[in-house]
Amino acid sequence: MTVATPVHGKRVGVTFGPGTPVYVLLVVLLAALALTDPGFYDPDRFLAFVKRAAPLVLLAAGQYLVIVSGEFDLSVGAIVTAGVVVAAELYGSYPGAHWLLMTLALLLAGAVVGLVNGLISTGLRVPSFITTLGMMLILEGAVFYWTGGSPQGVLPEEFRALGRGTAFGWLPWAVLACAAAAVLAVWLMRRDFGRTLIATGDSERTAALSGVRVHRVRVLAFVLSGVAAALAAVLVGGFSGVSAQAGRGMEFEAITAVVLGGVALGGGRGSVLAAMAGAFSLQALFTLLNLQGVSGALESTVQGVIVIAAVGIGAADFARLRRRRTQSAARSPRTHSSEGSTP
Amino acid sequence: MTGTALAPAPVKSPPRKASRLTDPVVGVWLAALAVTLLGWLVVTLDGGTFLTQANITGILQNSVALGLVAVGQSAVILTGSLDLSVAYLIGLGTLVAAETMQSGSVVTAVLAVLALSAAVGLANGLVVTGLKVNAFIATLGTAFILRGWIEHHYTGPAGKVPASFQRLGYDRIGPLPVSLFLLAAVALALWLITRRTRLGHHMYATGGDEHAARLSGVRTRRTVIAAHVLCSLCVGAAALFLAARLGAGAPWAGTEARYDLESIAAVVLGGTVLAGGRGGVAGTLGGVLVLAVLDSVFNQLSVDPFFKNVVRGVVIIAAVALYARRGARRSA
Repeated sequence: MTVATPVHGKRVGVTFGPGTPVYVLLVVLLAALALTDPGFYDPDRFLAFVKRAAPLVLLAAGQYLVIVSGEFDLSVGAIVTAGVVVAAELYGSYPGAHWLLMTLALLLAGAVVGLVNGLISTGLRVPSFITTLGMMLILEGAVFYWTGGSPQGVLPEEFRALGRGTAFGWLPWAVLACAAAAVLAVWLMRRDFGRTLIATGDSERTAALSGVRVHRVRVLAFVLSGVAAALAAVLVGGFSGVSAQAGRGMEFEAITAVVLGGVALGGGRGSVLAAMAGAFSLQALFTLLNLQGVSGALESTVQGVIVIAAVGIGAADFARLRRRRTQSAARSPRTHSSEGSTP
Repeated sequence: MTGTALAPAPVKSPPRKASRLTDPVVGVWLAALAVTLLGWLVVTLDGGTFLTQANITGILQNSVALGLVAVGQSAVILTGSLDLSVAYLIGLGTLVAAETMQSGSVVTAVLAVLALSAAVGLANGLVVTGLKVNAFIATLGTAFILRGWIEHHYTGPAGKVPASFQRLGYDRIGPLPVSLFLLAAVALALWLITRRTRLGHHMYATGGDEHAARLSGVRTRRTVIAAHVLCSLCVGAAALFLAARLGAGAPWAGTEARYDLESIAAVVLGGTVLAGGRGGVAGTLGGVLVLAVLDSVFNQLSVDPFFKNVVRGVVIIAAVALYARRGARRSA
């Protein structure tokens, strides 16, 4: 992933497709991190960085599936908040619940939310922007109504292990979850599901006429996004504990990450790995800004500028620029030859 | 505004004239009426009185800020764009207004806020058209930039609005708050621009199909930029109103009420298509009224504010689902 050297620029472009700029951006950011903080690549600290990035990477992978099919999922931030708060409340009522059972329950709940999002967006033809916006209001409202505004309760240690514990003593579970999600997502995108998903996002009508069950594919994308968000909730809950602000703004971060990865809003283009790389870039950017000592407040300003610039550079029509250059290059010899032929 | 709502649809879709009742604009105003009646019924059954003058004034007053933002938002959405930076622009606008009024005159402050808004709108439009950044990301980026600026320079309310300007927020003529006339004026201006001028027709054309519009000679870039500037100017007006209402600059005035997403919800409730090209200002006002009446009903019933969000989410989804169904039947 980190071999995007300019020497092989063309071949890399072919291999990675429209996501190439994000890999360059990621390499630049990681290099800048190494320069700012020589200890950054100590295995422990690097793994800690990946662990922090894991929830956003999961959200980006889920969001990618929805966006590439031509829809939006604004409810993922609310799912994260709701997941953390609900887990804490449930542990308040059933202190002895097994962590695996609780995690599976959360994933199931995420799937149900995604299913509802998908069914409303496809079956009732409500634009998904509105469906998931409404779902966000509903989830946040319901969770706080249930908890009376201030979530209570503590998550037991074994539940939090997934977010902050390590396997074999060195590999954080979050990194494993992240890698598993990446493998699963790439596998899914190479199978029929992925191809029909991209076809649906590219042109719904063409896909439908070619026999794609457009609605079913989209609903499945929403369900997977909901599950990814629920898993992110488990990680966030384990990493930073119970908070009413757990998932605030994460939907926008996830969408930004996906778009940084060169995935077109509106669907039909982009790769899931690039979207996850976008999430890593965003997290690297946050870390870098922290290390550089940019004051907490101005951080979002810098973030805004960089996001616009990165997407702007990614959107620049390099093909057209190159064509123009080759045209002017082609034109000059032609004029030469015509001059040569006239006499 | 109901009269204007019945005005003929844009020239390019004559069949709509034939089915006025299924026009989303009429639909949303009927919905607003229905919600009002239902709210009146529920509140009366609950033992309260809904249609009091104070309450109606309250509803109208509450619609003004969201109305101003949503009217601007409909201009951008019509053109096929989107503006997520409105909430932070409102915060910054109230701060600039209050601080300028503290040290200078009211006129300078109004001009300063409008200039700031126009500049932000211009920047949004230029990034969307020039850098070809998707409007969602471009305006989200602008929102981050404004947020950083606000957080870096302000920690809480700042500045002070003189009593003379606060009258914009509190005075009323009969049952009608003065600020309602501000909303009416802005909405009328936007309605005239979108429906009666060349720019407006270009906005509909660009939102409907940007490529086709460009091929037909519409300068789509300029149109999108103009729409963004118009939207931000409306947001500036909302900021001025909120400054008058709150008496000081409030950094989080826009984000606490979630004007970014609420305004988009109001626009879509009003029957404007998110992809652009169809809809209008008149419907948006109806959408705003629906949300304001709902809010007032909940307050009267003293519903838990969190539960209010749940119902609001359900109503938004259900309303848009109804439109979608009707649209499907018409096209079938």
